[in-house]
Amino acid sequence: MSGPSSAAAAPARVHTTYRDAVREALRDALRRDERVFLMGEDVGRYGGCFGVSRGLLDEFGPERIRDTPLSESAFVGAGIGAAMGGMRPIVEIMTVNFSLLALDQILNNAATILHMSGGQFHVPLVIRMTTGAGRQLAAQHSHSLEGWYAHIPGIKVLAPATLEDARGMLWTALEDPDPVLIFEHGSLYGMAGELAPDAGAVPIDRAAVRRRGGDVSLFAYGGTLGKALEAADALAAERIAAEVIDLRSLRPLDTGSIVDSVGRTHRAVVVDEGWRSGSLAAELMARIMEEAFYELDAPVERVCSAEVPMPYAKHLEDAALPQPARVVEAARRTLGLAAPLGASGRASRG
Amino acid sequence: MSAPSGPPERAHSVHLLREMLRIRRFEEKCAELYAAEKIRGFLHLYIGEEAVAVGAAEALEPDDAVVSTYREHGHALARGISARSIMAEMFGRLEGCCRGRGGSMHLFDAATRFYGGNAIVGGGLPIAVGLALADALRGLRRLTACFFGEGAVAEGEFHESLNLAALWRLPVLFCCENNLYAMGTALARSESEPDLCLKASSYEVPAWPVDGMDVLAVEEAARRAAIAVRAGGGPIFLEFRTYRFRAHSMYDPQLYRTKEEVEAWKQRDPIPALERRVAGWGAGERDRIEREIAAEIDDAVAFAEAGSLELVEDLARFVYSERSGP
Repeated sequence: MSGPSSAAAAPARVHTTYRDAVREALRDALRRDERVFLMGEDVGRYGGCFGVSRGLLDEFGPERIRDTPLSESAFVGAGIGAAMGGMRPIVEIMTVNFSLLALDQILNNAATILHMSGGQFHVPLVIRMTTGAGRQLAAQHSHSLEGWYAHIPGIKVLAPATLEDARGMLWTALEDPDPVLIFEHGSLYGMAGELAPDAGAVPIDRAAVRRRGGDVSLFAYGGTLGKALEAADALAAERIAAEVIDLRSLRPLDTGSIVDSVGRTHRAVVVDEGWRSGSLAAELMARIMEEAFYELDAPVERVCSAEVPMPYAKHLEDAALPQPARVVEAARRTLGLAAPLGASGRASRG
Repeated sequence: MSAPSGPPERAHSVHLLREMLRIRRFEEKCAELYAAEKIRGFLHLYIGEEAVAVGAAEALEPDDAVVSTYREHGHALARGISARSIMAEMFGRLEGCCRGRGGSMHLFDAATRFYGGNAIVGGGLPIAVGLALADALRGLRRLTACFFGEGAVAEGEFHESLNLAALWRLPVLFCCENNLYAMGTALARSESEPDLCLKASSYEVPAWPVDGMDVLAVEEAARRAAIAVRAGGGPIFLEFRTYRFRAHSMYDPQLYRTKEEVEAWKQRDPIPALERRVAGWGAGERDRIEREIAAEIDDAVAFAEAGSLELVEDLARFVYSERSGP
């Protein structure tokens, strides 16, 4: 496939960013379906807290790009009502920490109404929000609570970590008859790269192998995918072939792909920006134990955030978060390799 | 804004009486069935407040939406959900309006656009705002009636929702049932400003106090409000001043109010109050209606008793949709 003719036939790839890919997904959805509208704090005149919706107000008008008051519970609940009333709302919440003000609506209504009503009322709602740390925003703007949401039956939870997924998950989520929460890691908006000009909807129910390798599986999602890939590069320098799995969907989890990968590598490290205790990482480890125990050659490792409210100072925030060096250490432990000189060793793993 | 006026037709008054009696007898039967352990969970009776549901329902069109609370049997019956399907729901039967997955506090019905049965105080208000937003965006001239108790006024969702509905001029009819107690906490013990209409007015929502023990007053206020809301004037807040004659739920020794207070309110019972106003009303007509209602309720109980149970194998149904799109 690498001959000159096929290269000439391939469409030129477009240079873009994660932020622009999300915006293009929004624009595409607003054009394709007149039932779609976007609402949230500062999505209109301000252009979105992270600049995602810039320009959409001019293009689609204030009916479809709706600035809301700082009333998370009311506008998320209004999204639920509008979805039941025949629309396809996209609700943007500035950060996952603010989503807690709407947790009543998400948990007690969005996730339950289909069931409580015996299947009568569907809630085709999409909620997008920013998650994660890395920008020195301290303890009320930085947490990774998508694992909490992944605990809730009745909703689906997505974590786009690539440009393709930033561009493609939204439309698939909008076509879903049930509530879908999309977590966009704040550190990814500026991520630049190439995207096919015809990039569009992608499936949302499968994990993806982002790098093949036979020695150890690194499971990551959202903001930790890049760190896992970086760790895989470092491991490759030691002739350790790490396989990197991007979970993509946190609920439902693609257990089949997780188990398949462990079947190939027999070792696993879960990289999760959530706190360690009761984390999504813990759920993955449990599933691996339930379904791939006899495939394992070593205890499953995890690299999570330290159990502190996220601190402001850069060096403390870095220390609190999963970092590639800690992923490398964890992967080496699964292979029975001692920590390299200067590494902090087991006692400090998060 | 014009309002219907003049003496109501006799037949209409009898209809209202019949609907209130129907709710009263249904609720009395529920209490009996709770004692017999046929109905379990929490059970909140509407006895005393019937005039609100019955009067307000008169103002609604078939394609309007209703959002209600956990004390919603009256709203559901007045809206047209059958006694059979409500009773079967409380019996936990497959034939119930929610296949036994909701129970007393979570009645839903797509046919009458009845969106629950919300048991989080204040939690239904944002949903009503959203249903009305969908109608506004779709250009549909229909409204959403949202029932809630005065206890909800202390919740943030009340304030957020009134503000949002007023800001966007959405067709919501906010129907506050002020029965004076949030469970056992009197309004004056929970609100620095107990004038609920004043609170609603502060969001530029027209707010009218209404005698919730007078079904004709409720109906007239609701009809006037519905006309204005449908005309695109934005939401209206109706404070129905009412009282529940029974305990909050079946586990309430009612230590927070006196028997004298309850008795005083019972003197204003909306059913005899209307009976006194219907010309020529007498025991014969009443007995006939009571017999019809008793037959309907007996039939509902028999239907529920004979109902089937959802298969345990189907436990996990309706967590996610079973078809590709709603």
